[in-house]
Amino acid sequence: MPVWQSIYADLKDQNFVVIAVAMDSAEAARPWIEAAKPAYPCLIDRDHHVADLYNMVNVPQATWIDEHGRIVRPPENAGSSDAFRHMDRVTKQMTADQLAERERTKSAYVAAVRDWALKGSASAFAYDPAAARARLRLPDEAIATAHVHFRLARHLLRMGKSDEAAWHFAEASRLHPESWNIWRQAAEKDATGLAAGPEFWARVDALGDRHYHRPIDMKGV
Amino acid sequence: MITLLHEQSETTCRTARVTGDDLWISPRDLEQATGWSMKPEGFCLRDVCVPVPSGDRSRYVDGERVNAAAFWRRLGNPIVHDASGEVWALGTGASDRVASLQSLEAPDFALPDLAGVTHTLSEQRGKKVLLATWASW
Repeated sequence: MPVWQSIYADLKDQNFVVIAVAMDSAEAARPWIEAAKPAYPCLIDRDHHVADLYNMVNVPQATWIDEHGRIVRPPENAGSSDAFRHMDRVTKQMTADQLAERERTKSAYVAAVRDWALKGSASAFAYDPAAARARLRLPDEAIATAHVHFRLARHLLRMGKSDEAAWHFAEASRLHPESWNIWRQAAEKDATGLAAGPEFWARVDALGDRHYHRPIDMKGV
Repeated sequence: MITLLHEQSETTCRTARVTGDDLWISPRDLEQATGWSMKPEGFCLRDVCVPVPSGDRSRYVDGERVNAAAFWRRLGNPIVHDASGEVWALGTGASDRVASLQSLEAPDFALPDLAGVTHTLSEQRGKKVLLATWASW
C-alpha cells in the first residue's frame, strides 16, 4: 500500500489513478488503510467480487485499464516474488539475497507502472488487444462454481453459521485449488491476522516447482 | 424468508417455496435479484430471451411462480443453497466471465470504502487505472 500511495502522489496529474481493492472484511482492512493514509480510492471487497470478475487468485494482483476502460495488462502478480518461501520459518528472517530478489521484482514492476502512467499506450509495457487477450487467464466452470460457494460461505459466516460456512469454503477451495484468495480468507489467522501457520506452509510446500506468485512477462521482473 | 445472492446484490423474496433443489419465486423477485424478467417470449434479459421449453413448461412455470433454480441451471450458471434452503447464491457461469474478459472491456463494479461511500470503476473513465488487490491476511 505505501508503494501505491507514492506512485499515485507522483503521477496523479498524468490522468492516472490507483484503485486498491481489499479482498477482506472492513474490520481487517481498516488498520492497514488508516496507516497508509491513501489519497486514492481504497475499496472493501468482502466477498471477493473483483476476484470473481477478473479471475484473480492471489494478492497482490493487478490489472491495467486504459482511459477507454480497456484492459491493457490482464490481471497478474503485481510485483511480488516467491523469495519468501525460503525465509527462516521460525525467525521469519530472509537472507540479504532473498530480500534483494524481493526488492528487485517489486521495483521493476513499479517502474513499469510509472512508465505506463506517463506514456499511456506508447509504453512498451501496455499490450495491444491481441497481446492482452493472449495473456488472459480464463476461468472454467469449476472456478465459477467455486466463487458461488465462496459467496454463500461469506454470507453464512455473517449469519453466524460458521460450521456450514466452513463446508462451502472447503468446497470452493476444492473446486479452485489455485486460489490463495479463497483459501487464505477462510483459513485460521494467527495473532497478527495472517493465515501463515503450519497449514499455509504445508500448502506452499505442496506447490513444489509451481509458483505461489506466478512470474509475469515483464522485463526485469 | 428466502435470500438470493447474485453478483453484488442481495434480495429478499416476498413469497417463495423451496422443494429440494427447486426454488419457486415470483417473477418480480427473480427480476429484482437477477435482472431476468418473465415475458410472453420467455425469460428475458435486455435483448436476449430464453423460451420456456414447451414440453417441460411445468418444470419452470407454475401459476404465479417461476422455478428460479431450474431456470438458472438451464442457463448453465452455477447455483448453490444452504442446508435450510433459506439462502441461495446464483453465480455467473464461466462462459459469461470468459466472454467479458475476452472483450477486454474491464468489468465494472461498485464497492464501498471504509466510510461506506460507494465507488465504481466506471466513474474513473478517462483515466488510466491501476486496479490493484491486496489483503490483510
